[in-house]
Parts: sequence; structure tokens; C-alpha cells
Amino acid sequence: MAEREIDETSGVETTGHAWDGIKELNNPLPRWWLIIFWICVVWSVIYWVLMPSWPGLTGHFAGVRGHSERKNVAAAVAALEAERQERMARLLSVESIDAVEQDPQLLEFALNAGASLFGDNCATCHGAGGQGAKGYPALVDDDWIWGGSLADIRRTLQFGVRSGHPEARLNVMQAYGDLGVLSGSEIGDLAEYVRSFSGNSASPEAISRARPLYETHCVSCHGAEGRGDQALGAPNLSDAIWLYGGERADVAQTLRDGRGGVMPAWTGRMSEEQITALAVYVHSLGGGE
Amino acid sequence: MAELDLKRAARALKSPEAATGVAAIDAVAVNSAAARQLYKKREPIYPKLVYGRFRAAKWALLAATLGVYYLLPWLRWPRGPAEPDQAVLVDFAGGRFYFFFIEIWPSELYFVTGLLILAALALFLATALFGRVWCGYACPQTVWTDLFIAAERLLEGDRNARIKLAKAPWTLEKILRKTGKHAIWLLIAAATGGAWILYFHDAPTIAAKFFRGEAAPSAYLFAGILTFTTYMLAGSMREQVCTYMCPWPRIQAALTDEESLQVTYRADRGEPRGPHKKGDSWTGRGDCVDCRACVAACPMGIDIRDGAQLECINCALCIDACDEVMAKVGRPKGLIAYDTDRNMARRRLGERPRFRLVRARTVLYAAVFALVGAIMLFALSARETTDLNVLKDRTPPFVRLSDGSVRNAYTLKIVNKMSEAREFTVRLDSPAPLALTAVGTAAEDSALRLMIAGDDVRALRVFVTAAPGAAATPSMPLVFSVEDAAGDKASAPATFMTEREK
Repeated sequence: MAEREIDETSGVETTGHAWDGIKELNNPLPRWWLIIFWICVVWSVIYWVLMPSWPGLTGHFAGVRGHSERKNVAAAVAALEAERQERMARLLSVESIDAVEQDPQLLEFALNAGASLFGDNCATCHGAGGQGAKGYPALVDDDWIWGGSLADIRRTLQFGVRSGHPEARLNVMQAYGDLGVLSGSEIGDLAEYVRSFSGNSASPEAISRARPLYETHCVSCHGAEGRGDQALGAPNLSDAIWLYGGERADVAQTLRDGRGGVMPAWTGRMSEEQITALAVYVHSLGGGE
Repeated sequence: MAELDLKRAARALKSPEAATGVAAIDAVAVNSAAARQLYKKREPIYPKLVYGRFRAAKWALLAATLGVYYLLPWLRWPRGPAEPDQAVLVDFAGGRFYFFFIEIWPSELYFVTGLLILAALALFLATALFGRVWCGYACPQTVWTDLFIAAERLLEGDRNARIKLAKAPWTLEKILRKTGKHAIWLLIAAATGGAWILYFHDAPTIAAKFFRGEAAPSAYLFAGILTFTTYMLAGSMREQVCTYMCPWPRIQAALTDEESLQVTYRADRGEPRGPHKKGDSWTGRGDCVDCRACVAACPMGIDIRDGAQLECINCALCIDACDEVMAKVGRPKGLIAYDTDRNMARRRLGERPRFRLVRARTVLYAAVFALVGAIMLFALSARETTDLNVLKDRTPPFVRLSDGSVRNAYTLKIVNKMSEAREFTVRLDSPAPLALTAVGTAAEDSALRLMIAGDDVRALRVFVTAAPGAAATPSMPLVFSVEDAAGDKASAPATFMTEREK
């Protein structure tokens, strides 16, 4: 070995390398740093053996422990569902859905489960608080087209409205104007007449012209006084709530073009327990009958 | 006789005397300002055991503080069936902090803040009065380092034996002694880490689970971290923690003034220093015989005779060491003593020393401490046992019902801080007649009744409905209130909103 050279100023050994007369000192790495470095090296070898590490041609080395984040997530989800299972099952085993609201614990469970399901699936159309929008019924009020009891709400959730499901709630509000059944002036008279059900003023002439038309085309579903029929899904025309707007022009548009909003069927996408929890939640939003 | 003299001469040669019967110790203040260098490697310190009042006080405080730390979680404090019976418990899972008769909910964390403020003020006061008394006696770093040094002394002997052992080649004995020392250190460290987790779970349960391997991974993790830090900080790092890592020395230096009591070498009395023989006159010289006993005793590796220094933790072990020597040479004790900078100046001017514990700074700290303490006590004694929070629905802010009436929805959170279940009556106070209803709870004469379990919170969604035209203003103030059978009451304001008239 070459003779060690000690730098005079610092008293430290040099590496023997010199550039432009400047010599490099051979200061050793700090000991604590070296110790941590070697611990890391040893740890990495252990890690390679235990955990998924090396890529291969057809897959990867899975590690001795067989660790997999995907499996962990699946296990965690399964564990959560197993934990929920008992209460979820109770949601279906109660004699009627109304019994859920009599059991404070079960009610709390259903409301929490329902709130998260509502946020994921329903809020897009019906609004985060169930406030609805034009064409999308508000779920917080007490006006229900297809019925607001727990059982009615659950049925609507299961099969939807005009969803294409064989058991879907189904009816037709025809496009009386577009189909040429009614003329423009007849539609104007009818709109004025329909608005008079909820206390709006209307000219007596218009009413007298519209009444026979109403008797012919509307009364079978909406009733003589426009109170509607939940069994048929015919909206109440005599209250303060209008799904598509209550101005004269809105009502006229409904008569001219017809209406046919779609609510998807959720059975098959959600479990029956989930649909029950969701029905309890929607019922609790305020309008439940 | 001649033989005896020879022996004495040989002993004197080996360890020269600073004064008759007082050995001059070959101790170097490795951390003194003169020895300071930017890239200096740490030099080990081998503090010599001393005897005296301060050492005794430190032993007593060590036993007391460690006793509290290790044993407190085992203390029971019955609180009824619904709540844990551990006197001091930080229950993260249940969201409660228990301290004897005090129970704090997460929403009352300001009590903990108040406690920290009190602790800070107490530290300010103690520092203004007695300098770094916290550092010297009560700081965990000092206490555990002291304990570790005691274990080291047990296995490796006192200062000289430890220095000798460090220089000795690796024999079986040295290996055994060193291994034994580290084993004891690790045992103490593990007990420290183990005791920590007892504060966060029921102590007997978690202890049994811990040894059976059934405790939560976090329990092992925290026990492990605390074991490691205790072992490292008290075993290897010691005085470096105080000098380089801890911010307190800097802050505490700002809290002391010229009237604060600090461990002080009375240079006016000690200088000029030098060796002394029995029978020599003490006139014309100082009392310091330069035996360096104070340096050998110092766990921080400094020489107190250099004056106040950043490294000094005011542990007063040098006072004990010096007093022992002063007694031997027949001079009064207190060459090194708790004294003030002001007194040092007075002595130089030939004035009498005066101790002023009562001064603007200390009175102020004590007053603020008393004020904050009184506020805390008042807040604790007036702590609500019932609480009510109201959250108004904002999507939508109001709902128009089919008959034209307007309804607002609110979520009430009713808190029962008592340990027994209670029935509460919810009422609504409003300027206009409004109807109060709720899901799952029937209303009787516009009041809702519901049971809430002990030490629990219940959320209740309520609806307030105004008949058409009843709510005249777009925004109307309301007050919700809850009351139990005994009249314990809480109320919270809310707003009723309706459509603005077009």
C-alpha cells in the first residue's frame, strides 16, 4: 500500500488525488450515517424477500409473506360488510318497513347508511339535501306523485319510474299540442283553468271553454278538482308545488309537449337492505307520509 | 514509620493533594467555553457521585417523579358503571380525557390548553425565582439520565473506575459489566415505554394483553418508540440533549434576571485559588483550593467557576461537592451556592447581599398564574352537564309544502354529560306560532321527549313548520331548549327562513 499522506493544516489523511495542486481530504463518513446506511441495506434485502419486489416476465415475485394491498382492501371491505350484516339483515326482517322508525338504534343505522347511499346515487338529480330541481321531484316536501309512505318510496326506488323495468311505475302525460289533439288556444284556456285549482285567478270565459276539454282529456287521471291520484302517478294540480313550474307558460308547455321524467330502477344495483335504508332516509327528509 | 511515610509519599505522587486530605482531581471541563470547537467530537463525561442536601433532594425528586409516572395509571377512581375507573386516562377510542374528578370531552379541549398555559406560567415563575430549577431537578431528561448514571455506577463503579474501564482492553469482565449496564438501561427504557401506553388504555387490561401479545400494534409501536428514545436520550446522548437539542435553555435564560437564584461560584470569596496545606494562612488568598471536585461532579462537563454558562442545568451537584471540601479544609460552606448576579455585584462593592424573591416580574407571573387558575376553576365548576347544538339544513334553506306552509329542518345534537341516562324535553321558543315535529319521536303539546343514555350524544332531526302567512319576515330568530326532569337546561339559538315576498 502506498504511504498515507497527512494534510498539514487539517491533520486529515488525503486520498492521494490532486487537481491543480489541490488535494482531496479523506474525511470519513459520519459513523451514525454509516450505521443508518447499513441498516437500510440490510432492511432492503429483508424487504425483497418478504414483500412483493422483483418484476418477472410473466408476473412478479410475490414475496414470502404474500402481501397484497388489493387483498387487504377486499378483506377490509368484507370485514365491514360482515360487521354490518346483522343490522342490515334486521332492516329486512322487521315485519313492515314502518317498524324501522320505532327502533331508535335501527333508525339511526338506516339514516346513516341511507345518507351515504343518497349522496352517492341520488344527489346528482335530486340535490344534496333532496331539494330537487325542475323536472326532478323535491324529496323534502310533502307532495308525492307516486306516494310518500315508506312502502311507496321503497317501491319507487326498487323499480323506478318509466325505467324499462317490467314492474316500473308507468304512466303517460301526452303531448296534446304536438300530437294535434288540442289547438294552441285550447291549451292556453286549459292552462288557465288548471292554474285556477290552486287559487290563481282565471277568466270565466276561459274556464267555461276549458272545462269540457278537461272533462274529456284530464279528469280520468287528475280528478275533477285536479287533486291527482298517487295510484296512477297523476300529480296533484291543486297544491302549491309544481314539478315543471307553475307559471302559465310552464303549464302550457307541459300540455303541448307532454312530460315523461325517468327514474332508474335500483333493484339489482343496490341490495334490498340498502334500498330499505335509502327509503327510510328519504322518508325522513321531511315529506314522508 | 519510614515505611509509612514512603507509602504516603507514593500515594501523594499518584494523586496530588489540593489541600490536606483533599485530592486534586484530574477532571477536565470538556464542555467549557475554552474547549469549544465547531467540529469537536463528543467527549464522554464521568460524573462523580457526591453526597449532600442537593443530591439527597434530587434522589427524593427522582423517586417521586418516577413513582408518579410508573404508578399513576394503576390508581383507580370509581365513576359508575358506564365509565372507566382509571384515575388518569386519555381515552381516544371513547373520546374522553379523565383526570380524577375531571372529565373532558373533545369539545372541551380548551381545558387542556388552559392546563398547558398554567404549566408554562408555573415554569416562568419558578425560573424567575430559582433559575433553571426545572432543568436541574424535574425535567424527564435530567431524571432519567440521573437514573441511568446510577445504574452505570452500580455496574462500573464511580468516576475513576469508569474511566479506567473505558480505557481497559476488552476482557470478559469488561464485556459482562458493559452488557449488564445496557441490559439494565434497556429494562428501565422498556418500563418507561410500557408505562406510557397505560395512560391510553385501562392499565390492568392493556398490561395483560401486552404480555400475551394481544394488544393493538400501536401499543407495541409506542412502547417501542419510547423504549428507544429513553435508551438513546438517557443512555448515549445525555447532556447533548440539553445543550444542543432542547430549546428551553435559550428561553429560560430570557426568563431569569439579575435577582434570580442561580448556582454561582462566589468568585469574590474563592479567588485567587490555589492549593492549600493544613496550617497555612487563609489570608491573602481565596477559599478555592482548586481540587476540581466541582468539575468532577458536573454531569454537563463544565467548570462552574467560569461563571454562568448555557450548559449549566442548575442541578447544584457542584454545591454538594464543594461543601464537602470546604468542611474538610475548615472553611465555611457555600463557596458555590444558589446566589444572584445582583448579590455578586453587591459583594464586590462591599455591600450586604439581599435576596428579593418578591419583585415586579415574579409578582406578575404569580398574579397571571392565579388569574388563569381561577378562570379554569370557575369554568370547571360551572361546566355544563347538558349541552345543545343546532345545525340548520341549508340545502334547501326552507321547503314550501303543498298547502303553502313553509318548513325548516334542523339537526339538534343533545349532549348528556352525566353518567346516568336522562329524559329530555325539547321545546321551541319563537315569536310566531310554529309547529315542532321530529322523525321517530312523537310530539306532545309542541314538546318532544326523548331518552339519552349516560355520557352520550344524540342527534335529532326536527322540523319546524309555519302555516301560510305565519312567518312574516324572511328570517326569524328561534331558540331551541332542552331540559331534564330536574330542571337542568341548555338552549341554543337558530333562524327560521322563508321566501322573500315577491
